[in-house]
Amino acid sequence: MLRFFKTTPPTALLGLFIILSVAIMGVFAPFLAPYGETEVVGAAYMPWDSVHLLGTDNLGRDMLSRVIYGARNTVGLALLTTAIAFTVGATLGIYAALKGGWVDQVVSRAVDVLMAVPPLILALMLLAIVGPSIPNMVLVIAVIYVAPVFRLARASSMNIVVLDFVQAARLRGEGNLWLISREILPNITSTLVAEFGLRFCFVFLFIAALSFLGLGIQPPTADWGSMVKENATLITFGDITPLIPAAAIAVLTIGINFVVDWMLHKASGLKD
Amino acid sequence: MIEKLKQDLATGTISRRTFMAGALAMGATVSSASLLVGEAHAIAPQKGGTLRIGFTQGSTSDTFDPATFNNDFMLATGYAVFNTLVELAPDGSGQPDLAESYEASADAKTWTFRLRDEATFSDGKKVTAADVIASIRHHLGENSKSAAKPLLKSIEDIKADGDNTVVFTLTEGNADFPLIFNDYHLGIRPAQADGTIDPDTMIGTGGYVVESFEAGVRAVLKRRDDYWKKGRAHIDRVEILTIADPAARMNALLTGEVDLIDRPDLKTVHMLKRNPNVKLHTQDGTLHYVMPMHSDTAPFDDNNVRLALKNAINRQEFVDKVLKGYGKVGNDQPIASSMQFYNDQLAPRAFDPEKAKYHLKQAGLDTLNVKLHTAENAFGGAVDASLLFSETAKAAGINIEVVREPADGYWSNVWLKKPFCTSYWGGRPTADLMFTTAYAAGADWNESRFNHERFNELLVKARAELDTETRRNMYFEMQQIVSDEGSTIIPAFGQYVSAMTKRVHMPEKVTQLWDLDGMRFIERWWVS
Amino acid sequence: MSGIQKLVLRRIGLGIVTLFIVSLLIFIGVELLPSDLAQEILGQAATPETVAAFRRELGLDQPAVIRYLEWVAGVFQGDFGVSLANRRDVAELVAPRLKNTMFLAGYAAAIAVPVAVTLGILAALFRNSIFDRLANVFALSSISLPEFFVAYVLILLFAVNIPLFPSLARIDDATPFIEALYRTFLPALTLILVVIAHMMRMTRAAIINVLAEPYIEMARLKGVPRYKVILRHALPNALPPIINVVAINLAYLIVGVVVVEVVFVYPGLGQLLVDAVAKRDFPVVQAVGLFFAATYISLNILADVLSILSNPRLRAKA
Repeated sequence: MLRFFKTTPPTALLGLFIILSVAIMGVFAPFLAPYGETEVVGAAYMPWDSVHLLGTDNLGRDMLSRVIYGARNTVGLALLTTAIAFTVGATLGIYAALKGGWVDQVVSRAVDVLMAVPPLILALMLLAIVGPSIPNMVLVIAVIYVAPVFRLARASSMNIVVLDFVQAARLRGEGNLWLISREILPNITSTLVAEFGLRFCFVFLFIAALSFLGLGIQPPTADWGSMVKENATLITFGDITPLIPAAAIAVLTIGINFVVDWMLHKASGLKD
Repeated sequence: MIEKLKQDLATGTISRRTFMAGALAMGATVSSASLLVGEAHAIAPQKGGTLRIGFTQGSTSDTFDPATFNNDFMLATGYAVFNTLVELAPDGSGQPDLAESYEASADAKTWTFRLRDEATFSDGKKVTAADVIASIRHHLGENSKSAAKPLLKSIEDIKADGDNTVVFTLTEGNADFPLIFNDYHLGIRPAQADGTIDPDTMIGTGGYVVESFEAGVRAVLKRRDDYWKKGRAHIDRVEILTIADPAARMNALLTGEVDLIDRPDLKTVHMLKRNPNVKLHTQDGTLHYVMPMHSDTAPFDDNNVRLALKNAINRQEFVDKVLKGYGKVGNDQPIASSMQFYNDQLAPRAFDPEKAKYHLKQAGLDTLNVKLHTAENAFGGAVDASLLFSETAKAAGINIEVVREPADGYWSNVWLKKPFCTSYWGGRPTADLMFTTAYAAGADWNESRFNHERFNELLVKARAELDTETRRNMYFEMQQIVSDEGSTIIPAFGQYVSAMTKRVHMPEKVTQLWDLDGMRFIERWWVS
Repeated sequence: MSGIQKLVLRRIGLGIVTLFIVSLLIFIGVELLPSDLAQEILGQAATPETVAAFRRELGLDQPAVIRYLEWVAGVFQGDFGVSLANRRDVAELVAPRLKNTMFLAGYAAAIAVPVAVTLGILAALFRNSIFDRLANVFALSSISLPEFFVAYVLILLFAVNIPLFPSLARIDDATPFIEALYRTFLPALTLILVVIAHMMRMTRAAIINVLAEPYIEMARLKGVPRYKVILRHALPNALPPIINVVAINLAYLIVGVVVVEVVFVYPGLGQLLVDAVAKRDFPVVQAVGLFFAATYISLNILADVLSILSNPRLRAKA
């Protein structure tokens, strides 16, 4: 344990600390938040004081409580979305690389089509068709993110499947599932993890952009992206309320990427 | 009398000399008369200048076809470029515009409009009866897609009587018929040889001509020097922009990119007000928010259930939280306090869960479970309003399940179709039009499927009645009926809010229908 | 070189097939959207009669298959049809906005790409220094803020507090070039901040990745100075991923900037597309959607070709 702290760079430790704190905040939100997520506790835009540490928002809801609940909703949603996109995208990508031939062609061309349509427009149309509920939003964004994950997974696996140990396993008669999970996946994990870190952060931004266009997470659910949007007009008057959720997103993004950088560095084998 | 003179001087109807003469004749001394001039001139219209407007609405799909005018951008542009036969004056009465005068037959079934001799289109052509007929016909007939079609339903026949006179024959008497022509769809365009209008034409009789128009982006209007209407169209050049984002709109006003914006973000309007160069304009209007219940569908077919729901909504909370204080509580009837024939004697309906419970009991119920359908575009804050209603109604043993519908297709698939939903009305200029549009049995937009024998009878009678006092009594009774037995909850009337720099000026009194002086501000207001 | 030519031709062929499938998907998508143009334009004022009349006028009463085939037939003759909403020629409607979109994208790219690549190289050169760490944190925070937030902050700083630039980016055909650069400075800066981080991080990562290769060790052991190792030996071999990330960001600058367009009221294609989707104006959605798809596909082909040309090993394989 002590060795871990000694050998890990301070940025990565900071990153891990941030991720852990946000995770705890999300999981234990109902115990940590002084007020309810949607509870109206006072007048609108009350300044910071000892009762409402971060003041209140446009409807008089406690800002601190909403930031805490926001961690749960935002991170939960982003995690779910990215997890779906990676499970589907990576499996398909590795499978396509492994199989090659027409399977690879069909899936790759389908992904080309999916990627050629601008994501925001794809999201707008899909959400208009299925309706902007939270499960739908998770699925739509996941579908959009399957494409880049597939390409990355396929490209990295291509380099692995030609290697001797995979060929050997194939000759041994191992099944596809075994090949994917035991032979290929471990060798492309670091690439996928790096991508996971970035994609994960992009989900918040994507949701924020959608709520800017009126299709994001609907009120009164607290989510950091929408909270920035809801209070954005205050920026002009020098009020920093919208900075809090924006800063929360920024800190989490930086934390995650510190950890990702560290993992990449370890994987690259470069000693500096 | 002096007040009237001041007003005339301010609006440019009389010259300074006439004002002095009039004021002196009324016994004012020369020096005090001059003082009065100074005071009146603080608001006196000035010629010239540029007005730049930032509107929330406006879409790349906008066209000049009056049949599809549907947003503020096109309303304001339309009123600046085209004239209507009649315009709505600030006091709520009709005032001749392109028509010089109009009169009804004794049964109010035949209406004769005489056109102005001096009115010309911007291409120099004189306005004739044929132009008026072609422009109105554009909204009639089987192939018309016009939103104004239901408004003109009662027209049986339009005829020209010479070049200057148009005669309308109606299926039934209508004392308010001229006021229909204030509608923004009904601007007069030049007729073509085949008796139709070119829907895309930009040639109008208004005080402004279109210099450039890019749908959903901007329109530039230039004053017509030969405008026939005196004392109007003061500003030289008008630029209208679509700025959909509230923060961008506010920034544009603060940085001086525009002079006037509509719908400032109500959350921050109190901070906007602190800027010394900015003034806020609020306008009571006819805008109101409604929650119609289908009166022919259980459980809403029982008036006790409707009354229970009417008592279970907290109207003040609606005004405070949904409208951020920019509004007034409503009384379940759609006639605004600024309108002629507004019934000021109706007792306001307070939030009273006990009374709601009483009505439930009368209906033979202990609890009530209903679904309220809503969407973000039903009106701004509709979902919040529905959630608040659902919270307060619990105290009366009423469970309202709020069903959030998709915004797309809300007006086609939910409104008029679901038995209990949220909606709004921008309002109509007269009590008759409001009732006829949304409360008359069989009307296209009778959203509550209201069908009340006495009400229907009064509506037809009052429409044809030319005696004001008798009409007033009838409309008072109708408001009472709708409030007590109607099937629509009307929690509040909204106020229009706009913000502008201090160089924008307006007459002391403005028209209360819709926003910005009945959307006719471009030709009525001025800049310094 | 014929290998590359063959590759390019094959990719273009595939691209055209992709575009065709995209057009079919867009059509199906627009058909699946609830409500149609008649209902969207008439809104609350719609009655069954007027909606029916409107649909007849637009030809929306025709079966969907026939409408799509008619549209395809038109496209093969170079005619993208007319907008359902205003009966204007789609090409004429799209052209000025296309120009605006390309102008803003070009403006932002002209600054962002060189700056990002330079910063990336410097960060790799001085990796783990204070400079590297600061650049990294700055880059991460700028991608982690929503675009509209960055835009509002820039407006507050440079238009409201210090009135240097206009808060609205209004330009038209008559605007002189220099003036247009001035008026669109804030939206361009917003976009620059949004795309710079991704390119910079990728440049740094690509170069550092190559640094572990034996030939770099070799060069270093020979005593070649550090900056020369990076510029002469590492950079050329790290070019393919850099070119790829630049291509992705260029595509983003063209197809993904609707939010910035809205905040600065800039009449670009994104806003047109969002409006057209909202109103179900199918020919406009198709034209803009296909242009975006074509942009993406061609930038991808270009990036792949450049990667191959830039890298001796890949060149040999092709």
